[in-house]
Amino acid sequence: MNGLAVGAIYGLVALGFVLIYKATEVVNFAQGDLLMLGAFIAWTLIVPLGLPYIVAFVLTVAAMAVVGAALDRFVMRPIIGQPHFAGIMLTIGLAFSIRGIASLVWGPQERGLPTPFAQQPRNIGGILVQDATLAIAGVTALLCLLLFFFFRRTRLGIAMQAASQNQLAAYLMAIPVKSVFTLTWAIAAAVAGIAGILIAPLLAVELNLWVIVLKGFAAAVLGGFGSIPGAILGGLLIGVAEQLVGVYEPSAKGITAYVVLLAVLFAFPRGLLGEPLGKRV
Amino acid sequence: MRYVFKTSHDQDIHLLRHNRDWWWYAALAAALAALPLLISPYYVGELAFIFVLAIASVGLMLLTGFTGLISLGHGAFLLIGAYVEAHALGAGIPLPLSLVLAMLAAGAVGVLLGIPALRLTGLYLAIATLAFSEIVEHLFSHWKFLSAGETFLTVPNPRVLGVRFGGGTGYYYLALGLLAGTILVCLNLLRAPTGRAFIALRDSPIAAETLGVALARTKALAFALSAAIGGLAGALYAHKISTLTAESFNVLLSLQLLMMVVVGGLGSIKGAVLGAVFLGLLDPAIARIKDYLPSSIGEQSGLQLALYGLVLVFFVLFEPSGLSGRWSKIKAYFQAFPIYRRATFKRTKAYMTSERMR
Repeated sequence: MNGLAVGAIYGLVALGFVLIYKATEVVNFAQGDLLMLGAFIAWTLIVPLGLPYIVAFVLTVAAMAVVGAALDRFVMRPIIGQPHFAGIMLTIGLAFSIRGIASLVWGPQERGLPTPFAQQPRNIGGILVQDATLAIAGVTALLCLLLFFFFRRTRLGIAMQAASQNQLAAYLMAIPVKSVFTLTWAIAAAVAGIAGILIAPLLAVELNLWVIVLKGFAAAVLGGFGSIPGAILGGLLIGVAEQLVGVYEPSAKGITAYVVLLAVLFAFPRGLLGEPLGKRV
Repeated sequence: MRYVFKTSHDQDIHLLRHNRDWWWYAALAAALAALPLLISPYYVGELAFIFVLAIASVGLMLLTGFTGLISLGHGAFLLIGAYVEAHALGAGIPLPLSLVLAMLAAGAVGVLLGIPALRLTGLYLAIATLAFSEIVEHLFSHWKFLSAGETFLTVPNPRVLGVRFGGGTGYYYLALGLLAGTILVCLNLLRAPTGRAFIALRDSPIAAETLGVALARTKALAFALSAAIGGLAGALYAHKISTLTAESFNVLLSLQLLMMVVVGGLGSIKGAVLGAVFLGLLDPAIARIKDYLPSSIGEQSGLQLALYGLVLVFFVLFEPSGLSGRWSKIKAYFQAFPIYRRATFKRTKAYMTSERMR
């Protein structure tokens, strides 16, 4: 069950990648650092400022959305129309900067983030489940549904898909491509913020939280990088696989995600739920 | 503006366009050779380290800058080179042979990674190499027979021609010589059919294949060469840090290597060297700045990371052709002095269409 909770967090990180990739075809290497930033903002709001958990949750998500929008507006926008490589390097640079600044502001020590969830596991149908785990699973499922309907049913969601497929054509159809991108970044950063708060009962709030970005990659690739349900599924698979391997061979737990990732990539180069490969010449 | 008056086709593939440039490079070589006599041993060591970084950077440039395959896990090849070097020297194999062994081992692993990676492109390849480097790092820190049963592996300090080799002047000359050799090999390769095939592969894989470039073989070759050069750099790196832990070759090293290539300017060997010099000088410069900052900021490791990030963002946004691009702009400005036009180097904007099909 713990594996599913961790997997859900991986899935949320992967979701952030997929959102930004779907709309702008940029892979956001800074997603893990945004998660870390979200966790630190939540900690600042809850511990030194003493705000209640729910208020802090909403404020953190709002703050992260603003950060995401600002990053897009001031940093990512100039490279619209540049090759993929520029995007990768730019987000790696952003990741370094966010991590460095967070370390300057909050310092390297670990912190615990208090949560309102009870520590005692409760018994549901013979399985022991912690409240925090339930909360993670619930929020992830809700978010996934919301985003799924957003992309399928709303004008804005469809505009985002159009912008991702062909920027010029989307422009010609009067879609405000630049604002759409900014909105996408805001949503992705907010998702990272949510993941950062939810992860608190499982891990301490510290600088090394960014490492989760690597697991998130594995989850996103497993799911085929363009699909929202795929991202969550990939996250869950990797979380469970890690937990299982951890039981039998504890020293190999850390690299399970990468081994699974490489195996899947070599067998299915576009991921499990990926779109078929095809490029018109 | 100096024009080249071409009298034979051979002139198209000369290493240098102007004969006069030979004098500049000869002067540079003489200056570098004389430097250890003039500066303190500490700076000799630092310079030698920059040369080692430059070797790795040239190797990565061959893969990323010329063949267009992004590797986020090049640190793994350095790791393999370093461990092979330490084990070989420990087993009594003499120095030049151990370097060759390190190159062969890293190159072999490069092919092992390269063959399955043939099916991957762009983003997927980048992530696969990242995963690969994580796995290699994990194996070397957990498998006892690879790291000889200790978490720290001490690198032997061999005698070459009766002189202690580690640190010091001998190391400096060896690194300098190997860097020059690596650059020459790469330049020669790039003007030969193989190198041309690399560049064709980068610019348009489909066109390259149509013109008879064997995609699979060429990609695997690029991986092998780049990994072998990485292994060589790793072997030299091992002597610099003298006790090996797998953690010193983590993702950050790979990202630093990639940063050198980008800051220097993709698609230019000169850029790879300039990028390595830039990053090699950044660390001492940051250490200097720290003395003038209040201790609450100066003593944090975050300062270095934040500066790295800002430098990278700055280069991608404002000088995407890197240091070598800036260099050629400055040169063009002076050569065409009164009539230089900024638009000469203007970036072209293209609207990206998706590679995905629906």
